[in-house]
Amino acid sequence: MYLDINKVTKSFQRKDEQPLQALKHINLQISEGEFISLLGPSGCGKSTLLSMMAGLSMPSSGSISLDNKEITEPGPDKSMVFQEPALFPWMSVKENVTFPLRKRVNKQEQEKKAVHYLKMVHLSQFTGNYPHELSGGMQQRVSIARALAMDSKLLLMDEPFGALDEQTRHVLQEEVEKIWLDTKKTIVFVTHSIREAIKLSDRVIIMSARPGTIISDFKVDLERPRQQKDMAVMEEDIMTILKTEIENVMKEELQYAGSL
Amino acid sequence: MPVVFKRIIFFAVLILIWQGIFLLGIWPESMIPGPFTVAETIFAGFADMTLVYDIAASFRHLFIGLAISLVIGTLLGVLLAKVKIADETLGTMILALQSVPSIVWVPLAIIWFGFTETSIIFVVVIGGTFVMTMNMRIGIKNVAPIYLKAARTMGSKGMDLFFKVVVPASIPHAVTGVRLAWAFSWRALMAAELMSTGPGLGYTLSYASDFNNMSLVIGIIIIIGVIGSVVDQLVFQRIENKVLKRWGLEEAA
Repeated sequence: MYLDINKVTKSFQRKDEQPLQALKHINLQISEGEFISLLGPSGCGKSTLLSMMAGLSMPSSGSISLDNKEITEPGPDKSMVFQEPALFPWMSVKENVTFPLRKRVNKQEQEKKAVHYLKMVHLSQFTGNYPHELSGGMQQRVSIARALAMDSKLLLMDEPFGALDEQTRHVLQEEVEKIWLDTKKTIVFVTHSIREAIKLSDRVIIMSARPGTIISDFKVDLERPRQQKDMAVMEEDIMTILKTEIENVMKEELQYAGSL
Repeated sequence: MPVVFKRIIFFAVLILIWQGIFLLGIWPESMIPGPFTVAETIFAGFADMTLVYDIAASFRHLFIGLAISLVIGTLLGVLLAKVKIADETLGTMILALQSVPSIVWVPLAIIWFGFTETSIIFVVVIGGTFVMTMNMRIGIKNVAPIYLKAARTMGSKGMDLFFKVVVPASIPHAVTGVRLAWAFSWRALMAAELMSTGPGLGYTLSYASDFNNMSLVIGIIIIIGVIGSVVDQLVFQRIENKVLKRWGLEEAA
């Protein structure tokens, strides 16, 4: 298996309190070239799981391996796009995109790649601009170009369009889908939008709230580009599952509040 | 009305009031000289180059002292931000030292270095170092975690991470540190020069006082204030605004 998540749990130590269990017994196998979405209510640990895939944090138990090698640290073999663009404000757009390339290829090659990937996200006119001169959507595009420039086989995306308006979101969803079709990368995409998950992914993994576990694994067998009407039934199904899940969370929180 | 006009009018009125008080003649001219006498004194000082030499000497002390304090301050700031035990021990001491007025160091400097330029520079260094240290420390400690995460997923770590991400990300705080260090050093410089044997603006100020030359005293106070604010506004605030804008911390005005 390309990306193998094996019996992963994650808990956070808290001061004067029981450790907080964020993830429990996560088993997930992802094949090369798959587009996977992790979907769930907020606080279900989907971002935590993704950050462990990136090597930014370690599982409390269990293991995650990429291409049969256990992930122990972050690195350019698994690029990541965050919810915020996370661009370096002191660097121009081009310098941001070439940042991961500095030590790997020569100047000329860096330049070529930067232009290539900025073209892919329709920003080749803005190479010399600084992040603060761009809109939120454009900044997120630059950060996608930067992630692509690493040329890793695995691309992790943590609610990349969460902070954007509906219009921009649509455009970027289409761009990501096209990039995925062109590059055949493996993409793990965290979102809380059911529609976004169905529109983009081969598989939608639904997670329960604290402690996060996988409750369903939907295969999306719809032709791309996906049409709203085809997606409706599946959207309904997932909505039902998530609704019960969110209600459970609410009940639990109310109980907790009542016990105080 | 542009702010420049408001300021010009404000100062014109201020000078008029000053001239009025002077003309009333309640106090002798040796206590309150008129604005025109002061202006003449300043002009004469520039004409015979004495004030020019003083300003040049003061700036020489300041720049040597400030440069040293910025280097030491930056290094100490990095140390405090990176090494926890240094922060817990040396950090408290630096915080205490920061609250000691720089004039307090003058007697100590005189005993150590005598009435020399080294004494003055020593006091200037002490004046600027600690504020630079504290700002550098905060700057490095407050680097947005998202920058570090992003850089690490791109394979940056160790020295590369520090110099390519942490240091540039802390520039806005460092620039504020430089600006404050300049302001603190400028004050420390005047304190040190007052007790020196010259040349320097502070020395000439105390010399003028010794000879009851009140118009020169006021003239030099004005020069000190003008230089202090002009450098702050024209140099440091501009750099700071530019950096804040570039770093996305402040909307373009």
